[in-house]
Amino acid sequence: MDQNQIFDEMWGREQSLRPPYDLFKSWFDGEEPKRLRAKQREAEELFRLTGITFNVYGQAAAEERLIPFDIVPRIISGLEWQRLSKGIEQRVRAINAFLYDIYHKQEIIKAGRLPERMIADNDAFLPHMIGVTPPGGVYTHIVGIDLVRTDDNQFYVLEDNARTPSGVSYMLENRETMLQMFPELFARNRVQRVENYPADLRSSLAACAPDRTTGKPTVAVLTPGIYNSAYFEHAFLADQMGVELVEGHDLRVVDGRVAMRTTQGYKPIDVLYRRVDDEFLDPLNFNPESALGVPGIMDVYRDGGITIANAPGTGIADDKAIYSYMPEIVEFYTGEKALLDNVPTWRCSEPDALAYVLDNLSELVVKEVHGSGGYGMLIGPTATRKDIAEFRKKLEARPANYIAQPTLALSTVPVFTRAGLSPRHVDLRPFVLVSPDKINITPGGLTRVALKKGSLVVNSSQGGGTKDTWVLED
Amino acid sequence: MLGKTANGLFWMYRYLERAENTSRLIETGQRMALTRLGSSEGEWKSIMQTAGVLPGFEASGEDLTKEAAIDWMLRSKSNPSSVLMSIEGARQNARMVRTALTHEVWEATNACYMRAKELLARRVNERDLPQTLGDIRQRTALVRGATHGTMMRNDIYNFARIGTFLERADNTARILDVKYYVLLPSVMSVGSSIDNVQWETILRSVSARGGFRMTYDNQYDPMDIAHFLILDGRMPRSLAFCIRKIRDNLSYLNATYGEVPESSDKIAELEEKYLSRDIDAVFDQGLHEYIQSVITRMSDLGAQIEKDYRFYE
Repeated sequence: MDQNQIFDEMWGREQSLRPPYDLFKSWFDGEEPKRLRAKQREAEELFRLTGITFNVYGQAAAEERLIPFDIVPRIISGLEWQRLSKGIEQRVRAINAFLYDIYHKQEIIKAGRLPERMIADNDAFLPHMIGVTPPGGVYTHIVGIDLVRTDDNQFYVLEDNARTPSGVSYMLENRETMLQMFPELFARNRVQRVENYPADLRSSLAACAPDRTTGKPTVAVLTPGIYNSAYFEHAFLADQMGVELVEGHDLRVVDGRVAMRTTQGYKPIDVLYRRVDDEFLDPLNFNPESALGVPGIMDVYRDGGITIANAPGTGIADDKAIYSYMPEIVEFYTGEKALLDNVPTWRCSEPDALAYVLDNLSELVVKEVHGSGGYGMLIGPTATRKDIAEFRKKLEARPANYIAQPTLALSTVPVFTRAGLSPRHVDLRPFVLVSPDKINITPGGLTRVALKKGSLVVNSSQGGGTKDTWVLED
Repeated sequence: MLGKTANGLFWMYRYLERAENTSRLIETGQRMALTRLGSSEGEWKSIMQTAGVLPGFEASGEDLTKEAAIDWMLRSKSNPSSVLMSIEGARQNARMVRTALTHEVWEATNACYMRAKELLARRVNERDLPQTLGDIRQRTALVRGATHGTMMRNDIYNFARIGTFLERADNTARILDVKYYVLLPSVMSVGSSIDNVQWETILRSVSARGGFRMTYDNQYDPMDIAHFLILDGRMPRSLAFCIRKIRDNLSYLNATYGEVPESSDKIAELEEKYLSRDIDAVFDQGLHEYIQSVITRMSDLGAQIEKDYRFYE
């Protein structure tokens, strides 16, 4: 991609410093590169010691890796953030209204705004949830909205993470690390706080407890266990919230409640923040092979005896085929035009769109409808001819399994390299907490950065790193 | 607290204690080899027996040499009780109970593991052995220090302590189990230089030569040594000390939980039957029989604690 086609968040398009970076730049210019390199190593040491690692699937057992951290912060002005957060809030409200509708009267289908097959033929639609209203009416207690930027005022939503968005522990630890390493930076810049997230998460979850809860709700985090790639985050969040971290074998249904085995017998849980996928949640109701879940939890849930966060069946809202309808969805439920743009999307299930996509594979990004983690996708402009030919076969065999989007010129933010500052592509995942009376968006979020020069893939499983994300007080 | 968490804490601290005890035994073994009294292979065999890792070593098919024995006890991945695997086990359990630990304890444990992995990545040559073992024990001491300095004195702490002392008592009992014969009164070689070395070995393997000298003058007497290791409540690795610590921690749990489970009866019985007597009575029963019944009762106690506090179900 041509360099001046790309918007850099520090330097704009014309190599003139953008205001949010003013103070950072003057600090950076006064620093010895050697000291900064030492700081970069120190950061890695801190991460390793804290154990902020992820397990790589398919690698040797118990291999834990660090996600590379870059010391240059990604800086967003207060005004930019204000605009973004309005758009995020609108979108999250719409997603919750959509989920309620889709599992109840399906007005959006009756109104002809969404084809019925998008729901009826969709694996992410969970029939068990038809007619079930989760406590407080909240479906997505925790949402991560992935945003990319292409210009000063142009953000796009790349995808909505409405199941179990991960990465928030990196947001928190990145800030903690920066505060330890460069306290002077925070004395100069007024950066909005992210440290309240765990406390906010706990109170937001507690506010979603079932009506019949008496006293202070008991919250727990459900993890698949220490071999899960995100185990660190599960333990981190439970620890920071001061709640128990449980696994399926710690839980069972006792007297119509989901209860955890303590040293003093079984104790009921009111709100379960689960980091286990729907299909493994309940071997009696879903995958009978699952050892990660709790037999019968869905029956307790349908009976209103426990809050499961996020609600089962929310995956239908972050399905990539549904994504293409998000502008209609936002408008239908909020009565307003969507404030955040969707990336133009071709649904390969539609013959015209498929024909276009097949003709333009080398220009487009093609994704699996249910894929995640950057796997199973084709990035046309950087793919080899062989890759494209192979992908064409897959696409022709199962067109409905794919969507395609133009290759966006993702913005860059500098990273610190041996040769000084050098631009790398980034995205942004803000984290949103939803409770019956409040939507809470932590200022900033997780910035992921493609560390390989020119690369557009920011996923940690494929060589991406992270940065601290600052929203300034204006 | 989750039953699983109690289990994880119990094992985290057991493994940590085991790593320390094994490293101490390796040091003792190496020291023995330097004195050249008796056969070196024989000594390593008894050291491995004391650490409870001899059957595993024999099954591995390796020839019994000093190097092979040290490597087996220090860093073999096939030996679940090697220093390296014990530290890995402690850290694995610490990850599992991460929410029950303070930040400092977790970091000290993680740092201990990272250091051990680095130091034990390849065979350690004899010259570097003391330094390596010292370094590792310093790391485990940091975990212990962080535990004392930062953890709440609640049920979390009680399970950590119970694990520590059960492992420690077990270790002391096994040393006595393997070496009991050198403490028996014998007409043949009283106070011979071989005896002196053997007695010193026992004290060395529980890091207690100084403590012994301070308490019993500088005279090695087998009866005193037996008393020191079994009944002396001042000696932090004696059976009496460890068992009383377990009793205390179980009674704190009873106070917190408001119930007195079966394990409390078992520890009371153990104390009454085996610790309220003098050393002559121990020798009258037969030192070996005595040690073996204590070992059996302690393993029974461990199983009861597992059950009482719902470690597994």
